[in-house]
Order: sequence, then C-alpha cells, then structure tokens
Amino acid sequence: MNVGAAQALQLILRRELCLSFRRPDQLLQPLVFFLIVTTLFPLALSPELSLLRDMAPGILWVAALLSSLLSLDALFRADAEDGTLEQLALSGQALSVIVIGKTFAHWLVSGAALVVMSPLVATALGIPVGAFPTMLASLALGTLTLSWLGSIGAGLTVGLRRGSVLLSLIVLPLAMPLLIFGASATDRAITGMSPAGALYLLAALCVFTSTLAPIAATVALRITLE
Amino acid sequence: MWTWFYRLASPPHVYRVAAFLAPWLLGAAAVLIGYGVVAGLVFAPPDYQQGDAFRIIYVHAPAAWLSLFAYTTMAVAGAIGLIWKIKMGHAVAAATAPIGASFTLLGLMTGSLWGRPMWGTYWAWDPRLTSELILLFLYVGVMSLRPAFEDPGRGDRAAALLAIVGVVNVPIIHYSVSWWNSLHQGATVAKLAIPSMPGSMLWPLLSMLAGFMFFYGAVLCMRLRGEVLNRERQATWVREAIKT
Repeated sequence: MNVGAAQALQLILRRELCLSFRRPDQLLQPLVFFLIVTTLFPLALSPELSLLRDMAPGILWVAALLSSLLSLDALFRADAEDGTLEQLALSGQALSVIVIGKTFAHWLVSGAALVVMSPLVATALGIPVGAFPTMLASLALGTLTLSWLGSIGAGLTVGLRRGSVLLSLIVLPLAMPLLIFGASATDRAITGMSPAGALYLLAALCVFTSTLAPIAATVALRITLE
Repeated sequence: MWTWFYRLASPPHVYRVAAFLAPWLLGAAAVLIGYGVVAGLVFAPPDYQQGDAFRIIYVHAPAAWLSLFAYTTMAVAGAIGLIWKIKMGHAVAAATAPIGASFTLLGLMTGSLWGRPMWGTYWAWDPRLTSELILLFLYVGVMSLRPAFEDPGRGDRAAALLAIVGVVNVPIIHYSVSWWNSLHQGATVAKLAIPSMPGSMLWPLLSMLAGFMFFYGAVLCMRLRGEVLNRERQATWVREAIKT
C-alpha cells in the first residue's frame, strides 16, 4: 500500500491519540503530578499569596518541566519493547515522519493538556487574570519545545533498561534556556511589563527545535534501533 | 600525500603518534605555563581596581576557554566518528570528555573564588555562570550516556549525537556577556580592537592560554593511548605493544 508522507503523519497521529485515550490513567497521571508539585511549593515556602505571586511563574514552569519529563520516557519505549517501532521504521516511510507524529501526539496529550489546566493552578498561586494570555502562550510554546528536545533524549535512551534518570540528566540542561525565557515572560506579564521579547525568543526556540530536533531524534533512534 | 591523514584512522598508528606527541606537548606546556605563572603572579602590576585578586585570571580565563574548546573538540571528534564511522573519532571524544569537564569545574571554582572579593559572593545566578554550569551538566550527560549502553559502539554514537546537540550551548556561553547584562566582565582579550589590558598583564595571560592548550593536548594524548588500548584489547598489536 502506498501512503504519502502527509497521510502517514495523519495515521501516526491518530494511532497515538487513540492509544493514549484508551489508557486514560496514563494520560491523567502527569497532570495530577503537575497539580501535586505546584501544591508542594505553597506548603514548603509560605501560603501567603503576595509572596507566592512573585514565585508563581517559576513554580509553574518547574512543575510543567518535570511533569512533561515524566511522560517523555514512554514516548518510544512501549513501541520499542513490543517491536512496533521496528515495524514502523521498516515501513518504508521516513523515520522522521514517524518521530514528528509521535512527538506531536505526545505534546497534544501532555503539553497541551497542561496548558489547558494551567489557569487553575495559576489562580491558586495568585497570578492575576491579566497575565493569563502570556502565561498560556509561553507554556504552549515551551512545552512544545520541550517535547521536541525530549524526543532526542527519549530516542537516545529508548534501548536502555534504566533510561528514565539518564533521560532527565540529558534533557534538563538543554531545557534550561526555555525555563529562563518562559518564566521571565510570565513574570513580566504579572508585573505589567511587555513580555514580547521573551515570547519572541520562546517562539524562536520553538521553531528552531521543531525543525532540527526531529532530525536529531531520528538519528538517535537509528543508533539505538539498529 | 594524504596517507598521513588516512593513517590517523588506524588505532596502532594513533597509539604511536600520541606516544610521540605527549612529551613534546607537555614540555611546551611546562615552559609556557612556567613563564605565565612567574610573569603573571610576580612581575605583572596589580590591577588599579581589583588589586592582586585579578591574578586569578591567569588560571580562570584559560580554564574557561579550554572548557569550551574541549567541548567543541569532543563534538567535532564525535561527528567525525558518527559521519565517517571512524572509530578513533569516538576514542578522541571519549578521552576528551573528562578533561573538558575538569576544566569546566576549574573555571567555575576559580571564578567563584574570584567572585568572593570582587562581587562579595561566591556564586551569582548570572547568565555566564549559569550557562557554564549547564556546560558542566552537558559534560556529565555525555559521560554518563556512553557507558550506559552494553554495546560500546552504540554508546559511542549516542554520546556523539548528544555532544553535537549540546554544541548549541557553546555560542550562548561565549556571547552571554554581550547579550545579557552580566555581572561578569565583557571581553577583554579576544577583541578585534586593541585589548583593554596592558602588555605586562596580557603577555602572561596569552602564554598561560597557549600553555593550557598544550597541556590539554598532552593530557588528551595520554588519555587517548589508554582509551585506544582499552578499545583494542582483543587486537594482536596491543598484546605486542604491551609486551615490549
């Protein structure tokens, strides 16, 4: 059967989303983790809203980073273990199409879901409603970038039995610029300054990773699969 | 004409070349660092603002420079190994990683000792300091990825790819002082215009920089020999080389 790249991408996306929604527990766990981590900060620091508001962007971003990392480990693992990934690699489609499809699906179920849920957490942390658009935009760009970066790490560690710690060790240093710009965009929106500069940089990072990371992740998968 | 180049892909040849180069590089490093230490620590005048504390620059700047240089070397060697499937490229990358990580650590430590009298704090969350710290984490990531694979060839390729991805950080560190408002001082030496430093301070620094480069080359040669022996331990030439 001859399938074009666009159609293959669509098929992969549909398959991934279908698989995710068949296992709602795995879908919800990172989101609950996100909620729990953000709850830890007020308990550990201080429940005072004025203090929390200053730290809220940082808390939000660290929690988003960690919860998105949690689900990254599973990006290629299940498919690699039951041999599906090898079948996909042998299917005649470019491996990069498969990587793009799987990573984008991962972002839809983890990153985008996190973005949708973030106003809830933001309200609890005292972020004013006026800063919500910036926060949502920065989180959307940031989690997508993180998914692309993570696909490289997941590709490199997929063959390893205890890859999840190594995955965080690899991905977190690469994600640090993201954290800086993301938190500063939200912070500037809260304090009433223009967040445009930080948002543009985030968008640039997002474009940069979404064009180059699939290539790197494809090479990584070739290395671990061969 | 190109045979010398092709032969660099052969392990026994690399082993011999490294053995030949190491003492020369070490000697050059000793002379240059010796001059740099004496001229920098004794003869150079104290800085009008920083006093004698500025002298830590003679260790700090070369170490920080080498941390970036070693990372780039590691990535380029890894790329050579990955693209042309030359095993010695991976051997060089593997031998470089711990040296580069040590230079990064040295740069961070001397920087923090410098920061105490200058900025009044050992550590500041400043762009350059933070990006140098990220570089250290990248080194750690590359160094822990390589042995994680049971198949050494696969570990080599994975580590090479990660090193190449991490190269993005190198220009960020280099330009961090110009892009962001940083506590760290801007470029004083590597400027196209006249360096903002008098000759009596500058020459020892340049000598230290060259000395550190030679030292890095010497240590790389020594580590590379060990790396090659370990990788080729099944080969007959290794048994012969060890016997003699």
